[in-house]
Amino acid sequence: MTAELVLQILLTVAAGLVGVGLFGALSQQSIVMVMMGLELVLNGVLLAGGAAWFFLAPELPDAQVLVVVALVVMAVEMAMGFAVTVAIYRARQVDMVDMAADLRG
Amino acid sequence: MLSDLSGWAIAAVAVLGVLSVASGIAVFVVDSMARATFALLGSFLAVAGILLALDLVYLAVVTALMMTIEMAIMAVFMIMFMMNPAGLMPMTMVHNAKGSAVVGAGAFAVLAVGIWTIDWPTRSGEQPPDSTRQLGEAIMGSHMLVMLTIGIALFATILAGTVLATARGRYDRFGADLTARRPDDPVPGGLPR
Repeated sequence: MTAELVLQILLTVAAGLVGVGLFGALSQQSIVMVMMGLELVLNGVLLAGGAAWFFLAPELPDAQVLVVVALVVMAVEMAMGFAVTVAIYRARQVDMVDMAADLRG
Repeated sequence: MLSDLSGWAIAAVAVLGVLSVASGIAVFVVDSMARATFALLGSFLAVAGILLALDLVYLAVVTALMMTIEMAIMAVFMIMFMMNPAGLMPMTMVHNAKGSAVVGAGAFAVLAVGIWTIDWPTRSGEQPPDSTRQLGEAIMGSHMLVMLTIGIALFATILAGTVLATARGRYDRFGADLTARRPDDPVPGGLPR
């Protein structure tokens, strides 16, 4: 199996994770489930970054640094997501995105 | 050019790849919120396993440890907020499922077409003996700006999380212009200004 084929298969798996995560983030009503969809998208980024490092340019650290940034984005998303969820629930008992549609045009 | 992955590593990557996508789909299929959380954890652990097979030991361990704790915290929030944490009855809480599925499948299709039609460059350079050392030297040297930005972003997250978690701040107690002489507390005896 050539390296290019393995890279393409891994990137396809990553694209699958991005697609599933996008579906979840757009379709779920619960705020926490929306966050899980976003996490799945970032999971795909982790996989694509790792695959790109190994199969394209292992002598450069750039792809590894990208994976670190994606991990930090995950942590920040999770922390701020839960903080906002708790704050809006405390203020208005809102735990679903459809209940917070005040700004809908 | 032959892959540098050995036979068992390719087999492991294949199994873990299927597992990661299957767990990802399971997140939005299972009835119970707690089960969805652990399905997501399964997806993360599968990706961590793939990173391990790609010799990214540090990133794999960080992913596995961070996501295990994160999902444990998430399960607690799930049980706090959700009406059906144990999955005792069938449940779907979705809106515009068809449109979302079209967008998700469309994104996957666009990416897949790109992945399978691009003429990928061949691998340049040799793998370093220690990928963790390569990353460490990068974020403490040539890529230090990334590390500085990450540090400030995480610090801002701590501040913003604290602000959002504060039920009653000084503006609630002393008014919008902070001029009230006595704090407006539900129970008297709070700290003075």
